[in-house]
Amino acid sequence: MADYNVMELMICTAARELEDGASVGVGTGAPCAAAMLSQKTHSPNLTILFEAGGAAPLIPEMPISVGDSRTTWKAVMASGMCEIMEAACRGLLDYTFLGGAQIDMYGNINSTRIGPDHQKPKVRFPGSGGANDFASFCWRMMVMTPQDPKRFAEKCQFITTPGWLQGGDSRAKSGLPLGAGPYRIITNMAVMDFEPESKRMRIIAINPGYSEKDVQTNCGFELLKAKKIVENKPPTKHELTILREQVDPYRYVIGR
Amino acid sequence: MDVIAQGVGKVFTDPDADKARAFFRKKSRKMENKLMTVKAAVEKYVHDGDYLCIGGFGANRIPAAVCHEILRQGRKKMAFAGHTSTHDFQILCAGEVFNRLDIAYIVGLEARGLSANARKYMESGKVEVSEWTNYSLSVRFKAAAAGVSFYPSRNIMGTDTFQFSGAKIIACPFTGTKYAAMPAIYPDVSAIHVHEADIYGNCRVRGITVSDFDVARASKHLIITCERLISNEEIRRDPSLTVIPYWCVDAVCEVPYGSYPGNMLGEYFSDEEHLREWLKVEENPEEFKKFLDKNIYSCKDHFEYVEKNGGLHKMQMLRQKEMMFIGARA
Repeated sequence: MADYNVMELMICTAARELEDGASVGVGTGAPCAAAMLSQKTHSPNLTILFEAGGAAPLIPEMPISVGDSRTTWKAVMASGMCEIMEAACRGLLDYTFLGGAQIDMYGNINSTRIGPDHQKPKVRFPGSGGANDFASFCWRMMVMTPQDPKRFAEKCQFITTPGWLQGGDSRAKSGLPLGAGPYRIITNMAVMDFEPESKRMRIIAINPGYSEKDVQTNCGFELLKAKKIVENKPPTKHELTILREQVDPYRYVIGR
Repeated sequence: MDVIAQGVGKVFTDPDADKARAFFRKKSRKMENKLMTVKAAVEKYVHDGDYLCIGGFGANRIPAAVCHEILRQGRKKMAFAGHTSTHDFQILCAGEVFNRLDIAYIVGLEARGLSANARKYMESGKVEVSEWTNYSLSVRFKAAAAGVSFYPSRNIMGTDTFQFSGAKIIACPFTGTKYAAMPAIYPDVSAIHVHEADIYGNCRVRGITVSDFDVARASKHLIITCERLISNEEIRRDPSLTVIPYWCVDAVCEVPYGSYPGNMLGEYFSDEEHLREWLKVEENPEEFKKFLDKNIYSCKDHFEYVEKNGGLHKMQMLRQKEMMFIGARA
């Protein structure tokens, strides 16, 4: 058995997507861990931004809130919501990481409610927060989440945050900024992208120990398959050392 | 201007800029002593039915003392801006203070988990809701701060968040580009916690500003709580540090540790142990009632609340956490 867990694998996979010199809008938890890992390995010039206003901090430890004082530790600026989201809307943010209760085949996300009655929902979740904003504006939106058929749903009961909407050119027609949209879905089992024409979710890599069948069985809709599906590279010793010793020494995220 | 599409959500405040101007025309510009207790400020400026906004970011630089006082004075039927709200939302839900809600982020405390009581309240059907996003509410305050009735933004289009919002999609008269028109929010009353203020309400803030500077300018009435009062001479010594000017402010209350149990940049970290206790105790309604009696209803002011939860010993420990002498989760 490999000497890493699925959370470590997902974080390392996500961190590799963030190239040096890029900018990323992150929340707390796994996305923040991925950004920190990336910065401490191959992307020393990664610009990390928090929606509440923290800009390019040298994060000393995992923040608890996207607005707590760790998000401005040795930062270049302590700004505000508009500063960050306006930068994103101008086209300055390359990546963001999001999550939610449901995700559909076009990468749309539900983090608002379960149940048909909006004024009296069966289950109420937090809502968009800054997720809809980041997903609307950042060039490439990524999701890091464990995979099961309930979460990967045929249809979101509520589209809180835009993916490729109804697929095809529906997002371009909606009025959202052109050229931005979902890019990678990173799960415990696989990595998905989106087929360029239909904008449907497509398997491009499978994690060690899983099969295409596992990935499809744990998904509530039919996944497309890339012509060549590769095996996702496991975390390197170097990545794991940095992740465990410098990014999350108390295992707040990787211990989950 | 043609409306291309519109959401079904209600707009709970009047975005009309001329009506807002008529109000602000009558607002006092006198630089006078506005020092009062939190109790007096809430009595004077927070009323049943008002639209309320709370500054800061959920459990960071929040006017906790004002939230508690609103519960003690039993305010009801308010409208609330659920903008980056976490622990502040949790407190207001405990008092069932509002029945109309603009939602950007609610019921959660970020990485700490979801509030059982806030969820129960939001799932009860007692609250009329409109959906928005954090940036959407930011620009709604920005519009009001600028004295206009809406602000064009490029988010939320194509989603159910738009469908259940009160926004309208319009086309740019220059380029034809679609925009979501976000109606201005002029809150009846807002409360913001700052690091330093003088007795007239000139304020200094360190760290992130969230949407507070726009909220301060958009609000018809504004209650400021501050960690420390400073002299007007100190304000005038370096006016570049003033971020909220006195003419926005109606009440100034000195409340040391006023963001507790929230974080205050450069002063003290959030009390994670106490916030965990809140979340845990909410799972048992009887225990939660006792908890609220102890921590809010039986307290005469914020000092009593702080003292009941560890007093200066606790504050010293939270200060050491803030300064990174010890870890945030230690």
